[in-house]
Order: sequence, then structure tokens, then C-alpha cells
Amino acid sequence: MSIEIIKDKCVGCNKCLGVCPGSLIYKDDDKKMKIKYKEDCWGCTACLKACKFGAIKYYLGADIGGSGGHLYTKDEGDYLNWYITDKNGKETVIVIDKEESNKY
Amino acid sequence: MKLEVVELNTDILIIGGGAAGCFSALTVSKNSERKVIIAEKANIQRSGCLAAGVNALNAYITEDETVDSYVDYVKKESENIIREDLTYTIGERLNSVTEKIEQLGLPILKDENGKYVTRGKRSIKINGENIKPILASSVGECKNVTTLNQVNICDYIVEGENIIGAYGFSVLENKMYVIYAKATICATGGASGIYKPNNPGFSRHKMWYSPFNTGAGYAMGIRAGAEMTSFEMRFIALRCKDTIAPTGTVAQGLKAEQVNAKDEDYVSSYGKPTTINRLHSTIEENAKGNGPCFIKTKGISKEVENQLFRAYLNMAPSQTLKWIESGKHPSEENIEVEGTEPYIVGGHTGSGYWIDIDRKTTLKGLYAVGDVAGGSPKKYVTGCFAEGEIAAESALEYIKDKNISQLGQDEVEKIRNGLEAYLREEKEASPYEIKDIEEAMQKVMDQYAGGISTQYGYNEERLDIALEKLEELTELSEKLKANDMHELLFIRELLDRLIVSKVLIYHLKARKETRWEVYQKNLSYRKRDDENYLNYINTVYSDGDVSVIKRDLVRKGEHYEH
Repeated sequence: MSIEIIKDKCVGCNKCLGVCPGSLIYKDDDKKMKIKYKEDCWGCTACLKACKFGAIKYYLGADIGGSGGHLYTKDEGDYLNWYITDKNGKETVIVIDKEESNKY
Repeated sequence: MKLEVVELNTDILIIGGGAAGCFSALTVSKNSERKVIIAEKANIQRSGCLAAGVNALNAYITEDETVDSYVDYVKKESENIIREDLTYTIGERLNSVTEKIEQLGLPILKDENGKYVTRGKRSIKINGENIKPILASSVGECKNVTTLNQVNICDYIVEGENIIGAYGFSVLENKMYVIYAKATICATGGASGIYKPNNPGFSRHKMWYSPFNTGAGYAMGIRAGAEMTSFEMRFIALRCKDTIAPTGTVAQGLKAEQVNAKDEDYVSSYGKPTTINRLHSTIEENAKGNGPCFIKTKGISKEVENQLFRAYLNMAPSQTLKWIESGKHPSEENIEVEGTEPYIVGGHTGSGYWIDIDRKTTLKGLYAVGDVAGGSPKKYVTGCFAEGEIAAESALEYIKDKNISQLGQDEVEKIRNGLEAYLREEKEASPYEIKDIEEAMQKVMDQYAGGISTQYGYNEERLDIALEKLEELTELSEKLKANDMHELLFIRELLDRLIVSKVLIYHLKARKETRWEVYQKNLSYRKRDDENYLNYINTVYSDGDVSVIKRDLVRKGEHYEH
């Protein structure tokens, strides 16, 4: 389970560093963020939700069935948008109303 | 490497800013202007068990239920080994704390009459994705609460019989914190990472419980001589294979049945579909050669499937990613399920500090709440809130005529030297890495103390071997060297888990029966023995020795006092 921080999109704002429940994210020498302990990631997606620049991708390790897909999120105030890419590169967008409760 | 010493004073120190810790702080703030410090090893925004969110509030007294029926349910599911006084006092507050978290901003599903929509007798439907930021921002508004993020507390400060605070270190800077408090509330959560996990490779932290809850609260209490209870009542979850995502959403939410590889509904042939039986039956079916086992979702409508995608994104996004990424959707394929490795927790099962009704531990000035507090299983999130509230109210009374006690400078130096010893350059470097020893510990526990590889069973001989090997690993761990503060954290977390493992084995050895299938499967004593074991197994640690105390059950209407 882990995340990948895309250097081109990262602005080094420290938001992700502040929310990781394992304190796993650090600032790199180039002032961009990096995940220092990749294998220690729980997969909670707190850092994705904190990133305003869509710079953090979340993916499944191959050991738990990852096959090249990933997801990232965009916080739109009342809504949280999830962008999920499958193994063939096809993107699915799921928009979640933060006020809407789960049905199950 | 030298550590700068930061000394702080406060009325109440809360160790751990998860669900229970935050609720304690909010309660103190609502009732007084007393100063509170929350020491949190990560950041309270998303720390603790609720980082990704939570799907439902699973401890709530719905319209046709009562506090008594909640206690009866917990007692039955736990084969009678609960503290009825503790469980009752949680039950009394479940609904009022639910109202409070709703007022703070948690969306709870309501019907057209404004009543909460239930998901079974004790559960209500919410959108819990944001529950932790909601709690954190409420704590942030409390003027009397100071939150120290990325400060890891590693031991209590003991003066005679009293806990006068705790010390720890920054995970980022070369700083040591000595925090003096009139009362201390331990809210660190339970222990994961003790047993070899389901995914031991790259995704080793893709587990049920927070991998950052490493048993620190238990370990600090053990080292200080606090009495602990029911560690042998381990918790093992039935989860979606690989992603270790929850199964309740489909099993209870959709009422989907569990089927084996032959598409047979198997749970009912093992008894009622209790939490334990859903798991036990799955392990047994696998052993019989009838696995793998599944939750039957094949045939659900696309609309229901879409709701599942959303529900999982709100608590365990890896499962939705897996469905969409692979193109194998739940309407077309059943969900394979598996049992996790064992965890030690007080929120689902009953492992933790032995406390009184005010949540006071056996150490003066120290309270325990949430997953680190024992005796009241199935308290879940709202039960943790309730305990946070009870402890905060009691601590406010306790500190009324208390003064802050402080250590002498030579004692502070001693603590500093102790921590710096792990950081010193000249310390003889160990050829072993921290992670190597962690893996070795998990392997020992897996093979000799009832992990996944032995289908959770153990016997007396295996437990003795485990004890011996844990001693060796503890010696090796003492020689480990940290290159920075984060590595110091890893070493301390490892030492904490080693001592928790040791105490756990004494608990497993002491219960010479099998009371809970899977959770506590003693192959040397396969039957339940009510004549001799309808009691609590407690332990106290002193100078490396663990003494076992059997205590009588605290039943309905009784109140235990220290």
C-alpha cells in the first residue's frame, strides 16, 4: 500500500506532511515532498485529501492485487471528487457529497 | 547527538489525540478552564484509528434497545468476560455523545421523521470520512488545550505511587519533552504489528488496525507496574482479502451471506452469526478444504454497487480502487474474505488497563480510555467518546486539590541520557536493522503464539518457546542504534511491542481453556472451563517478571473499586 508524490505537481506546501498519521512524509532537498517510508503507509488517503494540487497518487502494491491503476482526490468544498484510473488508463470519477451518509 | 530538554507543566496531560483523547480534551474544555496538553505522535488532524474515516457508529442504543440490552449483548458476544460496570457506564452515554459529535458536524442519516436510520440493533448510518478533522478542529477551538503534534510520549514519570506526568521526544527535532501534570489520561490506542500480518511484503501496513498504534500505552503502563486485564482476548477481524477492508458494510449493510468455494452458506452450521462465528466458520471451512470463502455480492444491482463504491471510499478507499482498477466489480464477483493477524485492543475485545468506574488505573493520577482501557469490548468509536468524557470529568475532580510535582535536574538528566544512548554515535552499532527484529518478533508470535500460520492455535510448549525467543530479541533491540529521531521512534515502538507480546503470552498461558474460538484457541486445553475460568486474567509486571492475578467477575449492579 502506498502513495507516490508527483514532483512536477508538488509545490512543497507541507499540507500532506501535516496530516500523515504515521509522519511518513518529509521535505526533500529540492523543497518538494517525499514519502520517506513507502512500505509504512497505511493507505488512509489523508495526504491525498489535503493536497490541493492533485500531486499525490495512491496505488495498490502488486502483493495485494495492484495492476497499474491509481487514484487521486480533489476537494471541492462540499464535495470530494475521487478520480480512479483502471489498469487500462480509463478514468472513473466519483463525486461524494460530504453531507451524504452511507446507505450501507 | 544531544537532545534539548523542554519542560512543560499542565493540569491534565492527554497522551494520544485519537477519538478518545480528543473527546477527553473537549470535555475538560467544556467544563473548566483547566490547562490541557495533548501529546500526539503524529498530527491530530488524521491520527489514530479514524484516519481514513469510519462507515457507521456501531455502538448506539436504538429505539427498541436499552442500556441493559447493550450490556447483555456485549456480555453474550464476549462469553461473559466483561466488566458490566464499565460497559453499563459506556451504554448510558452512547446516545448523548452521538448527539455531541453530530453537533460538531458529523453527518448522520435520518429518516423523514428526523430519526437516525439504523443498520441493525446497535448501529446507525453516517458519513464518517471527515470524523477526525471534525474532532481536531473542535479541539483547535478550545483555548485551554495545547496540542503538541509529532511528540511521542514513551514513559510515565513515576514518583512513589503517583504518576506525575510523562516524557517523550519529538519525531522531527532533537528535543526531549518532560511534561508534568496533575492528572494524566492515557489514550494511545491498542497494539498492532505484534503478529506477522496478512501482507508481510510491500503492503505490510495494509492492515485492519492502525499500524501506528504500537501498544505504547500498554507498554508504558506495564513498565510502571499497572495492572492489565484480558490481553488473551485477542481481536481478529474478518476482512476483504488483500485490502483488509471492512466486511460489515456488505455482511450487515446488504445482509449478504457468506459462502464457501462450493457456493454453500456455511456460517449457520457453526451456530449464530456472531462476530466470532463469522470468522471461526471461515477459518474452519478453509481448514476443511472448502475455501476460499466469500461474501456473496454477485447479482447485486448496479445502483447498489455504486453505493458500495461510495461507502468504501468513505472508510477504506483501497477496496473501491481494487474493484475499479481490476474491472472485477462486486456485482459480478463475490468478495473473498480472510481473517487478519491478531491485535490487542480494548475497543472491540477487552484488552487493556484494569480500571475502575471513573477510568482510573491502578497507578494514582493515571486514567485510561478508549482502546487502551480494558474490560468493555464492543465500545467502538462512541464508547471511546463516552470513556473520554468519564475520565475527563473524574480527572477534573481529582486535580482540585493537587499540585504539580517535578523531578530534580539530575533525574531529568538521567532520562535524557537514557534516550541519547540510542542516538549516540559511539554506541556499538548492531548488525541488525530495526525492521529485521520487528519481522523476527512477528514471525515468532505468528508461529509460536497463535498467528495466521497456525490457524490461530497455540499450545503451552509453543508459548514457552515464544517467551524464550522474545527475550533474545529484546536483548538485540536494546543494542539498536537510531540515526535520527524517527528511527528512535521505531526502536521505542519495537521495544513496546516486545513487552506487550511478553505480557500477552503470560495471559495466553494463564487461561487454561478455550473460551473464544480463534481469538484464544488454546490447543492444550480445547474446552471451555466455566468452573475455573469464569474470571478475569490480570497481570502486573515488575523487574522483568509477570505475575498473574485471577479476579472475580464484576456482574450486573456491582461496582468494582481499586
